[in-house]
Amino acid sequence: MRLIDLARVVRSKNAGPLHLTFDLMFADRASYERCVQSPGLNAGRIAPLYGVAPDDVRIQPYPVALAVKITLPRLMPAGSPGDHDVYGAQQHVPLLELEL
Amino acid sequence: MSAVRRLRERFAADPSRPLKLIGASGQLGYGVPQAAFAEALRREPDMIGADMGSTDIGPAFLGSGDMATSPQQTRRDLATLIKGARSLDIPLIIGSAGSAGAGPHLDATLAMVRQIAREEGLSLRLAVIRSDMPRDSVKAAVRAGKVRSLGLLAELTEAEVDGASALVGQAGTEAFIRALEQEPDVIIAGRACDTGIYACIPQLLGFPLGPAMHMAKIIECASLCCDPGGRDPILATLDRDGFVLESMNPDRRATPMSVAAHSLYEQADPNEIIEPEGRANVSAAHYEAVDERRTRVSGALWHPASQMTVKLESATRVGERAVLLAGSADPRFIAGARQITEQVKGVVQGLVCPDGAEPDYTLTFRLYGLDAVYNWPEPPATPPREIFVMAEVIADTSARAMTVAKSTKQYLLHHGFPGRLSTSGNIAFPFTPPELTAGTAYRFSAYHVMEVDDLAPLFPVMVEAV
Repeated sequence: MRLIDLARVVRSKNAGPLHLTFDLMFADRASYERCVQSPGLNAGRIAPLYGVAPDDVRIQPYPVALAVKITLPRLMPAGSPGDHDVYGAQQHVPLLELEL
Repeated sequence: MSAVRRLRERFAADPSRPLKLIGASGQLGYGVPQAAFAEALRREPDMIGADMGSTDIGPAFLGSGDMATSPQQTRRDLATLIKGARSLDIPLIIGSAGSAGAGPHLDATLAMVRQIAREEGLSLRLAVIRSDMPRDSVKAAVRAGKVRSLGLLAELTEAEVDGASALVGQAGTEAFIRALEQEPDVIIAGRACDTGIYACIPQLLGFPLGPAMHMAKIIECASLCCDPGGRDPILATLDRDGFVLESMNPDRRATPMSVAAHSLYEQADPNEIIEPEGRANVSAAHYEAVDERRTRVSGALWHPASQMTVKLESATRVGERAVLLAGSADPRFIAGARQITEQVKGVVQGLVCPDGAEPDYTLTFRLYGLDAVYNWPEPPATPPREIFVMAEVIADTSARAMTVAKSTKQYLLHHGFPGRLSTSGNIAFPFTPPELTAGTAYRFSAYHVMEVDDLAPLFPVMVEAV
């Protein structure tokens, strides 16, 4: 199942000007568990989508909110010439097709 | 008697009373919802707070000294808050003045506060916290190896410090406490941690810092922690063990799930709130519904830092920016747009740089519909019906940037390519002139952590009677 079909919220935003952070939020515990336990949720799959090394991708389950947080470095500081998305609010899109 | 003095006396008489705080706005200057703010005042809170800025808006505002919000709306929002706080004689605390919290932003905000007081016939004791970092102190810290990169940006250098258009530090709760000790009615701070706005009074009155910091981190975004989230003011009622959240808009519900989820928002780590003076860990926090619209939160722990730190932020001028706006619906142009725009770059260079000189500017195309929002490695399976073309030029002067933008416009319009059907023009302009000056371009040049032993000299507090 793709993330877009499983999650209630998939969002991205800057966490400070140097990092992008992604929140995957689920409507129920079963969907959350499916995501957290899926081999598809791994740094090796996510890193190439954002041009970073797998070691730079931090995946953090946050069960109290049935959510998963992913944080990784931006390719350049927010708003530097050449940036594509100053707020980082549209960088979630490639994650939507993640197969879980 | 000032508002802070009154508050202290009220708590001295009854130390067990809860503290009621209003988070009025997470980004003052875009409008404060009036009905919810009126409800907030009816609850007779002990303080009103608002945040005015962050780095979200990019480096340009920090660099230029301009506000991201319109002066008219900013003045209106400030007036709403000042009149509200004075009507109850309670402290008003505002952080990150004027969007980025450097000297020009703070001074513009203070000018508005003075004008509002004059027009409304209010007299108030105003405490001001400045957040511009003394360059010599920062350079000394660089030399001493006390400035640390947070990744992506290289280690800070003295040259980078000297070259910055603006350099601020994020004031912590410590600076707000010093301002409170001056017993003002209103505190206006330059760049500041948003938590300082709301955690300083709890700390002054001896509330445990773990829950206070957790509360501060939530209510600085007003009702964003609710379901549905929104910009309406929020009420936090803090006691010695925890706090209860309630949106001042009856349609917004603070539920255990919505409040817990808010810890994720724009945070690299949902469990840690890192401050100059320490960190709050919220991993053991407990969220409990009081009723349908209110949630009680407890259990966050405060760990004081062994070494105090300040987050540094600077913006540095890159050049002057001009942009070209155009679109195309032609399928052959769209199919070749990536190659065509690369060819036009070469053509333009030949035209504006004499004798094969290297370009003294940058020309960047963004092809919306293809790969402008996210840098897709492959073209789309089905070509879009239309694309939007933006060309961005950065050069040392605005005139030079416009020169490049104008030649780009003309040669993109008439560029010949194999299979071209529309030989009278490749692109549509939404208006003329389609080239616009876009002001000075900046970059974040510092977002580093500086170790300090004494915060006070970096964030001076001044008091004036308005």
